[in-house]
Amino acid sequence: MPVNSTHYLFLSLLLFSIGIMGALMRRNAIIIFMCIELMLNAVNLLLVAFSKIYGDADAQLFVFFIMVVAAAEVAVGLAIIVMMYRKVHSVDINILNRLKH
Amino acid sequence: MGNFSQLVYLVPLFPLIGFLVNGLLWKRMPKNLGGIIGCVAILASFVVSLGIFFEVKGAGFQPQTKVLFDFIKSGDFYIPLAFQVDALSSLFLLIITGIGFLIHVYSTSYMHHDEGMVKYFAYLNLFVFFMLLLVLGANYLVMFIGWEGVGLCSYLLIGFWFKNKDYTNAGKKAFIMNRIGDLGFLVGLLLILFNFHTLSYYEFFGQLHGSQTIVSTTTYNWIAICLFIGAMGKSAQVPLYTWLPDAMAGPTPVSALIHAATMVTAGIYMIVRSNALYDLAPMALDLVAIVGLITALLAATIALYQNDIKKVLAYSTVSQLGFMFLALGVGAYTTGIFHVMTHAFFKALLFLGAGSVIHAMGGEQDISRMGGLRKKLPITYFTFLIGVLAISGFPFTSGFVSKDEILMAVYEHNKLYFYLAATAAVFTAIYMFRLLMLVFMGGFRGTEDQEHHLHESPAAITIPLVVLALLSLLGGLVQLPHLFGGHDFLNEFLAGAKIPAVVHEGAEATTKELTLLAGTVVGLLIIFIATRKLFAVKQFEGNYTGFKKVLANKWYIDEIYDAIIVKPIEALSNVLDKFAEKKGIDGIVNGVGKTVKWGGERLRLLQSGHVGFYIFIMVFGIVVLFTLSFFWIR
Repeated sequence: MPVNSTHYLFLSLLLFSIGIMGALMRRNAIIIFMCIELMLNAVNLLLVAFSKIYGDADAQLFVFFIMVVAAAEVAVGLAIIVMMYRKVHSVDINILNRLKH
Repeated sequence: MGNFSQLVYLVPLFPLIGFLVNGLLWKRMPKNLGGIIGCVAILASFVVSLGIFFEVKGAGFQPQTKVLFDFIKSGDFYIPLAFQVDALSSLFLLIITGIGFLIHVYSTSYMHHDEGMVKYFAYLNLFVFFMLLLVLGANYLVMFIGWEGVGLCSYLLIGFWFKNKDYTNAGKKAFIMNRIGDLGFLVGLLLILFNFHTLSYYEFFGQLHGSQTIVSTTTYNWIAICLFIGAMGKSAQVPLYTWLPDAMAGPTPVSALIHAATMVTAGIYMIVRSNALYDLAPMALDLVAIVGLITALLAATIALYQNDIKKVLAYSTVSQLGFMFLALGVGAYTTGIFHVMTHAFFKALLFLGAGSVIHAMGGEQDISRMGGLRKKLPITYFTFLIGVLAISGFPFTSGFVSKDEILMAVYEHNKLYFYLAATAAVFTAIYMFRLLMLVFMGGFRGTEDQEHHLHESPAAITIPLVVLALLSLLGGLVQLPHLFGGHDFLNEFLAGAKIPAVVHEGAEATTKELTLLAGTVVGLLIIFIATRKLFAVKQFEGNYTGFKKVLANKWYIDEIYDAIIVKPIEALSNVLDKFAEKKGIDGIVNGVGKTVKWGGERLRLLQSGHVGFYIFIMVFGIVVLFTLSFFWIR
């Protein structure tokens, strides 16, 4: 079966849906984090695919931006998770519930 | 002569510099240095003013307008900050800086024990600056700036001893009363601007003299009356005069400079400056005369039974200002200016003399506790005597000549006015001699401590007194009637600024002049003997009864104003405070706060802390927005 651009779109949609469902259903902060990364990369994939379809390199530029931002976000997010683990010895997001007064 | 009129900007500049130096450094400035800076600034202005005066007096001088910079410029509307150099302004420059300088010198001694002396000099210099701006301005706006500025300085200096609540209240009263008048002035300016599209004297008067009549006499009357309301406030005329007697709360030299010699004559200056307008507004001119006459009489009767040395002089000032307005009202503009000048001499002298007495009495102002000061304060007594003679119109003193001219001019205008004005002049002589007798003659009525403390004032106080006494004696010579070998120097000088004069010539004038002279001499003699019998010999009667009590209580004018104006306004503001403020405005403000608090307490429940729930809401929201944008909002 030849691979055409539509396949990329569906793959991207699939990855994004997995990401959303994961973020919604899991309670482990690290898993949620990974799901968010998955969504970001689904968007990256979509951008690259469209870039290929329309023969426009602008979209690829966005991809690099998103990667950089994602890297920064990971650094901050992981640091928060590490601190959270040190305090409460858990990465369950429902524990964060306790922050409310 | 040098070209002094080119340097006219220096005249107000020196006091401004003096104000800035003293005002910015008043906490660190040594007292003596502050006083010297204040005096030198005014002296420098005086020297330049002298130069300008002689240049203006010289042959072939034309009135000039010096533009310093553009003040307001917008399309056709143009108001520069410009100075007018002509006979009228140069004469006022001399009065302001000359008498101002003497009073500054006097103040160096009088205020020496006061901790705020440098601040005092800063205010005084600022006052002189604004006063110079007022008389130098070449358009009504510059005059208005100076007008408001002197009002401010008057307020600052009346309340100079601000730790005393009565004094600050007096300052507030002066400021508010002036504000009422200033509103009239401002309306007048706007009317001029609306009808003539200019505020410059030159253009405005040019349009008045032009052949084509642009506006009706009614409009002229309204403009002139509005301007006169401003003059009523500033120059303390009925009904806005009650601030001036209270303004005596300020230091005595301030009363001499601001509330006798210069600021209160600003209204007269303004009307003389606008004489072309008033000539076209007969109704307004009548009003000026009537208000002046009423003021002269009313204030003179009040002054008869005042026991505070400065209050007597204050009411006397109000009364004399009334005389000046009366002169303007009958069209004798130069005579009004002449009386401004002589009054500046003798009233400054009287106030400074009173200051010297108060100084010697250790702050006592009640004349019922004075008496017999003649021997202890010989120089003060002698100069004060000259001042009293001058203001009462003793023949050939300055006051005689100027008041005589006013009475002559009034006589030709309206006989009834004349008799009333003459009555006021008689009252003037009575209350001044009463003051003289009570303060300087008879026996001392104060405490032993005060008697022990009595001393003649130092040279810085007596020298200005002597100079002013000489001026009060000889100031009349500039306009001595022809009958006595004089010449109308002042009229000729002021003709350069196109100010009309009323000239008295011929046999009839001579008869009247001689009658007035004889009347004055006889009258003064009677008054002198009577007051001597009444006040100097007998013990002072403390409590007044009957009509005297009404006069001693100033016709209850303050009480009447209090009852019909102040009290209702206070009641209204109390009602507004209770209902509009507490319930209305506070209710709205507090209501907004309460609503937000109530809403916040309910919305807070959404923040459950369940991260999963947040994400779900976010995704749900995105899906909804996406769907909406996809199907409906294209």
